[in-house]
Parts: sequence; C-alpha cells; structure tokens
Amino acid sequence: MSHTGSGAPRRTVRDVVFVDGLRTPFGRAGEKGIHAGTRADDLIVKCIRELLRRNPSLPPERVDEVAIAATTQTGDQGLTLGRTAALLAGLPRTVPGFAVDRMCAGAMTAVTSTAGGIGFGAYDVVIAGGVEHMGNHPMGSGADPNPRFMSERLVDPAALNMGNTAENLHDRFPAITKQRSDAYAVASQDKLAAAYREGRILPDLVPVAGRKPGQGWTVHSVDEPPRPGTTISDLAGLRTPFRAHGRVTAGNSAGLNDGATAAVLASGEAAAELGLPVKMRLVSYAYAGVEPEVMGIGPVPATEKALQNAGLTIGDIGLFEINEAFAVQVLSFLDHFGIADDDPRVNRYGGAIAVGHPLASSGVRLMTQLARQFEEDPSVRYGITAMCVGLGMGGTVIWENPHHADYSGGTGTAGTATTAPAAVQTEGATA
Amino acid sequence: MSAADFTGFASLFPNETVTHSYVQDIPLPAAPGAESPGTFALVTLDNGLDHGKPTTLGPNTLVELGTVLEGLRDRAARGEITGVGVTGKPYYLVAGADLSAVKSLEEREHGLHMAQLGHDVYATLANLGVPSFAFINGTALGGGLEIALQSTYRTVSTGAGALALPEALLGLVPGWGGVYLLPRLVGPENAVKVMIENPLSNNRTLSGPQAFDLGIADALFEPADFLEQSLAWAAKVISGELVPERANAVDPSHPDTAGRWAAAVAAGRKFVESKTSNAAPAPGKVLDLMEANRTMNQSESAAVECETLAGLMQTDEFRATVYAFLDLVQKRSKRPAGAPDRKLARPITKVGVVGAGLMAGQLALLFARQLKVPVVLTDIDQARVDKGVGYVHGEVDKLLAKKRISADAANRTKALVSGSVSKAAFTDADFVIEAVFEELSVKKQVFAELEAVVSADCILATNTSSLSVTAMAEDLQHPERLVGFHFFNPVAVMPLLEIVRAPRTDVAVLATAFELAKTLKKTGVLVKDAAAFVVNRILLRLMGEVTAAFDEGTPADAADSALKPMGLPMSPFTLLAMVGLPVAQHVQESLNTAFGDRFPVSANLHKLIDNGVKGLWETGPDGSVAIPDSTLSLMSFGTSPSTAGQVLRRTQDALAEEIGLMLDEGVVAGPEDIDLCMILGAGWPMFLGGITPYLDRVGASERVNGKRFLPPGVASGPAAG
Repeated sequence: MSHTGSGAPRRTVRDVVFVDGLRTPFGRAGEKGIHAGTRADDLIVKCIRELLRRNPSLPPERVDEVAIAATTQTGDQGLTLGRTAALLAGLPRTVPGFAVDRMCAGAMTAVTSTAGGIGFGAYDVVIAGGVEHMGNHPMGSGADPNPRFMSERLVDPAALNMGNTAENLHDRFPAITKQRSDAYAVASQDKLAAAYREGRILPDLVPVAGRKPGQGWTVHSVDEPPRPGTTISDLAGLRTPFRAHGRVTAGNSAGLNDGATAAVLASGEAAAELGLPVKMRLVSYAYAGVEPEVMGIGPVPATEKALQNAGLTIGDIGLFEINEAFAVQVLSFLDHFGIADDDPRVNRYGGAIAVGHPLASSGVRLMTQLARQFEEDPSVRYGITAMCVGLGMGGTVIWENPHHADYSGGTGTAGTATTAPAAVQTEGATA
Repeated sequence: MSAADFTGFASLFPNETVTHSYVQDIPLPAAPGAESPGTFALVTLDNGLDHGKPTTLGPNTLVELGTVLEGLRDRAARGEITGVGVTGKPYYLVAGADLSAVKSLEEREHGLHMAQLGHDVYATLANLGVPSFAFINGTALGGGLEIALQSTYRTVSTGAGALALPEALLGLVPGWGGVYLLPRLVGPENAVKVMIENPLSNNRTLSGPQAFDLGIADALFEPADFLEQSLAWAAKVISGELVPERANAVDPSHPDTAGRWAAAVAAGRKFVESKTSNAAPAPGKVLDLMEANRTMNQSESAAVECETLAGLMQTDEFRATVYAFLDLVQKRSKRPAGAPDRKLARPITKVGVVGAGLMAGQLALLFARQLKVPVVLTDIDQARVDKGVGYVHGEVDKLLAKKRISADAANRTKALVSGSVSKAAFTDADFVIEAVFEELSVKKQVFAELEAVVSADCILATNTSSLSVTAMAEDLQHPERLVGFHFFNPVAVMPLLEIVRAPRTDVAVLATAFELAKTLKKTGVLVKDAAAFVVNRILLRLMGEVTAAFDEGTPADAADSALKPMGLPMSPFTLLAMVGLPVAQHVQESLNTAFGDRFPVSANLHKLIDNGVKGLWETGPDGSVAIPDSTLSLMSFGTSPSTAGQVLRRTQDALAEEIGLMLDEGVVAGPEDIDLCMILGAGWPMFLGGITPYLDRVGASERVNGKRFLPPGVASGPAAG
C-alpha cells in the first residue's frame, strides 16, 4: 500500500483568545501571611474551580490541557502541578496537564506555550496559570547552581540575587535615581488603591479559606501586600539591603509573596462554538535573553522582538502591563521607549510593587488586568504584558482589544468582564 | 441563664479535652452594585489535635462555646455583625458529646446540668438576633449535628463522612433539640429514619449528599472550596438574594401533619420492637419525645428532653453501651489483650486453603480481597476444586455487578485465586488454613500431609469451631506452627476472629496471626485452646438451656420468647435453625464430651435431624408461625414446664456460671474479651455491654459466682454509697 500524497491536511494557524483570568488574593510570605498553612496546590485549585464556575458554558471535558507554572517544583508545588491541580480541581480524568518553569515568567510561558498549541490546532481550550508559595518555598531553596557559572565566569554570582541585579541596573542607567524609583513605587501603591476603590480588582479574585493553629478558619478575599497611603518620605528611610547606600529597597521592589493565577484560553472557533467570552486576542509574543547581571532589562529586547513579529511599533501600544519586580526595571523599559514615568498607559491598576509578585503566577495577573482595561477603554487597540525573568530574560505578549472598532478577530464575541462571580450555581445550591 | 452559670459544674471535669471556639470576623462579599452584607463571625470548633482525635462536646467546651456565642449575640445587637457561622477543624464539625464525661456523671442532677447546659448554649445559637449558619465540613454526630439543626441555615460538604443522631443506639435521646427540630425540618418519616432506623441498623450514618437529599442541609458544596462557597452562599442568604426552600419541612400544626406524625412514630415503634424487643429504654424514649413534642413549643420540649436525658444517663443500659462502644469496640479491639509484639510478625505472600467447600471459598475470597496475595484452594478431586474456585469467581462477579469493586480489581482478585488437587501447590505458601470436615482424624491427616510439602516457616491454621487445636498439633513435626483461626459466618460480614493459642504455639506465629487479622479487617481476640472457644460455647450454653426447658415440657413459645428481655438479635430457636440443626448438635456433642452435663445433648433434636427437619418454627400459608404437628409428633416432652421468667433466670445463671468457669480456665484475658467476642461475633447488643455487664446488672453473677464480673462504675453506675 502506498501513500500517494493524500496525507494529513496542511495546518492553518488559528486565532488564540483570552477567555477569562483570575487569581487568589496575594499574601505576604511567611508565618504571619494569609496563606501560611495553605498548600500551593490548593491555591491553584481554587483558581481553576472558579474559572469553571464563571464560565458555565465551558464543559470541563473540553479542556484539552492544564499548564501550571511554579519556580520551585517540589513539595506542594511538585508532582507535575498541571496534572495534580486538574485532578484536585475535579476536572475529568481525561484532561491532561503539565508543569512549567521559567521563573517569574512561568504563568506567561504556560499561556504562550499552550497558545502555540491552540494556534497549531493541538488544543481547542486550555487552562494556563501559575503559583508560587514563597513562604513554603523561599527563593532559590533547593537550587544547586553549577560551579562552572563561577569558575568560568559564565554568570557573576551576584546575578543569582535579583536585588543585586536591580542595583546593577541603577549603575547602568544613572539617570534612574532612587528618588525616581521611590516616586514610581508610591504611584504604584496609589494606582492600586484607586483601582480597589473603583471595584476593578475584587471581581477577579477568588476567595481562599485559611486556618491557623489557635485561630480557626477564615476566608481571605483581598490582597495582603498593598500599603495604601505610602508616601515618598515613608520610603526614603528604608534600608537598602543589597548594597550599602544603594537604591533598591523593600519599598521600591515587589515583596516575597504567596498566590496563584489561572486563565482560560481558546481558539477563536472554540470560543464561538462554546459561547465563551473573548476578552483579548493574542497578537504575538517573544522571549529574549540579556546579561544575567542586569536581568531587569529583559523586557526591552523581548518587546522589540514581539513588536517586530507583529509588525507593530511601540506607538501602536495603548496599554502596558509590566511586572514591577523592581521600579528601576520598569523605569529602564520606559526610558528605552521614551515613555514618561507617569504615563497613564502604564500599569493603570498599579503593579507588583503594591500587589505583590508570587513569582511564577504573575504573568496571568498582568493579562487579567489588561483584559479588564481593554473592556474599560475600547479606544485602545493593542496592549502588552511584559516581565523580566531571572538569569537574564524578558518576555512580552502583545494582545488586541476585541472591543476596539477595528478589531481584527473574525470569530467570537467581545467578552464582558464579569463584575462578580457568576450567579449560576454549579453545585446544588438550593433545596 | 448564661453559660458562665455552669462554670462550677464544668469544673468537675478538669481532664476534659476541650474543643475551643475560635472566632474570626470575615467581611462578606457584596453583590454587584449592592451594599456589603456586613461582617460575618465564623466560629471554628477545634481541639487543637490532629484528625485522629475527634472534637467532642464536654462541659468545659460547652461553657466556652456558650460564652463565645453570648458575646456574638451582644455584637449582633450592637449591629457589628450580620451573621454567625459554625464550622469545624478538618474532617469534623463535632463528633458529638464527650461520652466518657457523660458516663462519669454520678448523680442525676449532674446529668440534668449537662442536658441544660447544652440547651442553654444551643438556645443562644438559635437566638443570636442574626441568622446563624452551620457549615458541616465533616463528621457531625449527636450533639454535633444538633448544633447544625439549631442553626438557622446549613450547608454540607459532599465529602462529609458521618452525619447521624446515634443516641438511640447509645442509650440516650437526641435531647439537645434534635428530636424537636429534625421532624419539623425533614418530615416525621425521615426523622424516624435518622433517629431510629439508622442507629439501630449497625449505627448507619448519612453522607453529606444523603443529608442534603433528606433536607437536613440547605446547600451542598464540594470539599475543594467548601468553606469559600458556603460563605458566599451565606452572604446571599443574608442579603436576601437567595431564600432556601425546604421541600421536606412540615408544619406540625397543619391538620395533615398529625396523622403522618403518628404513623411515623408507630412505624418507629414497630422497628424498635423488631430490632431490640424493647429491651433497651432509649429508642422508645426517642419516639415518646417525638410523639409528645408535635404540640409543644421548643422550650416546653427542651424541658422534657432534659429530664429524659438526665434519667437515661443514670441507666445501666447507657453505661453498658458506653463501655461496649468506647472501651471495647473503639479501644480494646484495636489493642488485643495478649497479642505479641507486632514486630515479630512474618510477611504472608501466599495463602493456601485446604478444602474447596463453602467456608473455604469464603476464606479464599477474603484473603484474596484484603491481603491481595495468591490464594490456592485444594480438594480431593478436580470437580470440587473447580466448584470452589468457581464460587469465588462468582462472588467477585457479584461485587463487580454491584459496583463495589472496579473491573480491574475484579480481574486482579480472580487471578489471585486458583485451585489444585495437589497440596504441592502449597510449597511456597506462608500460611495454610484448613476448612475441612470437623473431625479430628481428618484434620490431623490434612496437617500431616501439609507438613510433607510446606516450607519450614509456613504457618498452619485451623478454622475449627469446636475441636482441640492442641490435639491437632500433637503429631506434627513442628507443633509450634499451628494456630487456631476461627471465623464467623458470614465471613465477609462478621468482624470477629478468635485466634486460638495452643500450648506450643510459637509467639511469632501468634504475632503473624494478629497482623493477619488486622489486614483482613477483623478484630482478633486471643483465646486459649478450650472447646468451642468463646462465642460458640456461650451461644450453645444458652441454646442448651432453652432447648432443655422445651424438652422438659415448657411451651415452645414461652421457651423461645423467654430471652426477649435481653434484646438478642434473634430468638434461640431461630438461631438454631440458622446455624443448622446438625452443626449445632455436632458442636453441642463436642462440648458435652468436654464439659459434661452443662451441655446436654437433646434426644429430640437428634430425632429432628434424623428426619431432615430444618428448624422448629415454620410459617404457614396464612402467615402464622408455629411448630408443625409433624415436627412435634417426632418429639417427646417431659412434664416439668417452666415459665418464661424461669427460663430467663435459668439462662442468666447458666451464662454466669459458664463465663465464670471460662475466666477461671483462662480462656480469655478478662470479661472484657468475652463481651467483645459476643458483640462482634454474635451481634449481641451494646446495651447488654456484650453480656457480663448484663449478668452483673440482673444479679446472676452474684447469685452463681458470689461476685460481679466487672467492678461497679466500669459498665454500670457507681457503687452505692
């Protein structure tokens, strides 16, 4: 028997859309934090279950993949998180899953790699997200860096400490002063507080129960890290733990946090078929490597690459969600592209300096917030989510707003962000 | 009153493991565009111990909970909170009242205090001024479930294990409002099911979904985010967005309700009669309360409930039940008296069963299912072997059809069970048990053949019910490897295993036998090698007395109903027919040989067996039950009839004598093991405490042996004065 050219049909690339995203409240890492005593895998499970509740038209068996990121993949973040989370969330056993690691860009990578699968036709619907319980897994715990990094001077050992790389970035860009960083950080706190007041944050949080010895159960539904009302003078006197008389402080950096995020992505066709909302359309994405010693600059080449892939310029981007590992790292990005420190297109709801940065989870937080801003502002056509990554990388994803008049996506209906958990009860609620 | 008024009473219990009431304030989520429903105070009941130590409600626990709830009532009055919730530590809401504390209440007045304290606390919960919610996250028994019933609303987890009101079984009543609230919430029929039928049916409990279906809970959520979803649901109820409907709830004052109520109570009484012969007071009291409270308000009912509880707490039936339940079934069964260090136990990787009859098949199935090692059946010809293996495979198919096991598990179990006509199949077995005909020479022959093929370490076991294990071991090259392993029929159901130590049985062999029992999910009790061991010796002594009274001329009905006041699971003649007349007679003959006239062999039974009569009672075409004339004509009777009362007393005395002798002979370590055996091997009721607390209670022990089996206070009230 011979095959005479009637092989599998040629693939066509399909639209990938962001259907919905949400997260747990972020907590401060450590014994006193709200998620102390709660397992990391339980955090991600709450997110997956809430996504399914909020999207009752999505049959759970139609989820083709569950990709979950964590930086430290041991203990309650081990055992192939995507699969364990799927099982623990009550998804059908037919739904597969895997675990992802690209440090801070874990959830972002979970989104882009499954998006690649959707575009290729391997998946119709996926769940992608990330979790980091930095209380249970202190940064770098269990890591065993190869001694060649040092002996062959492949990476300055100081580059393994993110705070040092932030100080290095201040060295590289003397125009970015501690004062600018502190001012940026205060603005981040103010913007988050405003977003909270305006009801833009809570609708995308899933409450998480917690129990501590001698205190009983409670349910957490708001973020723990924010310090609203922080002033420049509050920050001025903070210690610079990475360098004497340095510039990087706890006030102008993201903290150590616990939290999880998750999103539903789908092909444009599947979203239309299942009646799923379309909150964003994926335009392009890119990752880039930089010197590990100044890892914070990573988003610059990543963004240039993503813009090039998309055939767009920075001027086409109407909204920016940039992860704020450090103020200096955002400012270096803004300076590179000639954007003002207080440009209203940037991090409208504040950023990680205020809300926290549970490493591998943050990527989907950026997307969820961008999706809500798209809905609020149909005048914007394109937005980006970008973040720096340890060991010298950056990642950028460009999204299109389906609410914009010139939206190019052919299928699906522009989604409305839910303003509260869906009213539909999925479990026998009333007798 | 306030909970603090009971502080003095609570101080009588300095050793209570207190379940604390921790409060957390939680801001409730607002519906879109709506005002926040305010602040919710969530109480967590937590004893600070892991889930192996259930939370219970003792006096100090209740005082703390009551004080906390009073504080919340005051906060509600000040407008600080809009709702109150109660939930528990993982896997428990609360496992019920602290029974050891309740059992230790020496005076009726203290029992009354305990009952009133509970009502005081629960009344606060029910009258906080804001809605109260129970989030039933796990086990909720007795007073634990009553906390939920006293709340305004309830949610339950699909993962919640045991929900029940087991008081009727324990010798109490659901007297912290359960008996008043439950029939109103779920209807009188369902209430009788929960308060009467379930407790008296092997203490059956409800799962979360079953409780929801009955209407006990208003909402059902999955464990993964049970508390979060419960709280979100509570917020909607508080804001008025959601009004739970209760399809099964009834209004007791509605004209249609009276009839349903009375019918349900009557059905309950019939059920109690069938299960207990009304030998224990508590189940009837539950129904009395329910019958009376239809026309009462809640506080009137509460007063009667307290009086009833105070009375029942002083009964020996209650104390015997707590002894049976806590001291024996929960504690002693897990640490068998006299069992050697488990470290001495050897692994069992393959089991042999000699014989392929019904008992052998049941054993093979049990070993294959629980031990999950290869099991080989042997018999004298291929047809018998095939039949034995076929029986096991058929039973596995039945389990599969009932979805009790998966297809893979069925395949695995079937593949584990094979048959052979040659004992050579046992060469690599670690444990071989015989289930051949009850005849010493046959058994000795089997063991001689086994020793020729099995390995040096292989343990040999006999399932004999009446023969001497010592005699069986006599001619063995290695008598230390033989142990008695006596199961009860039906093997899959009955939890007892009498582990018989012959004089030369090796300690490692014994340790292995106990580990094996545990793996088989049976309770092993160590018994000395004495004819018929424990359960059969006592049952046959009892049946022998009743049969003798019948043979002497006592009317059948008087003889067979004489033991009704004991509330045994079945009457002696019914038991006789179930065991089978020939089997019973065979064991009786062994016992007669061993012990003489205490175990008389009935000539009448011989005649019935010879004529193929299967039992005394037969049901006629009109449904009436009688001994047919054809049976009676085979028998001859004496002329010295007894009354039922005389038969009862004679049986009590016989049991006291026999058990006294067994303890003197050292058949078991103590009366507690006798009781444990009768509860687990014969299904004797816990309100008898097994049997020795009952014999102490009715004075038989004193009459016959001049002393009690158990000191006062162990399974009975404290010593007088």
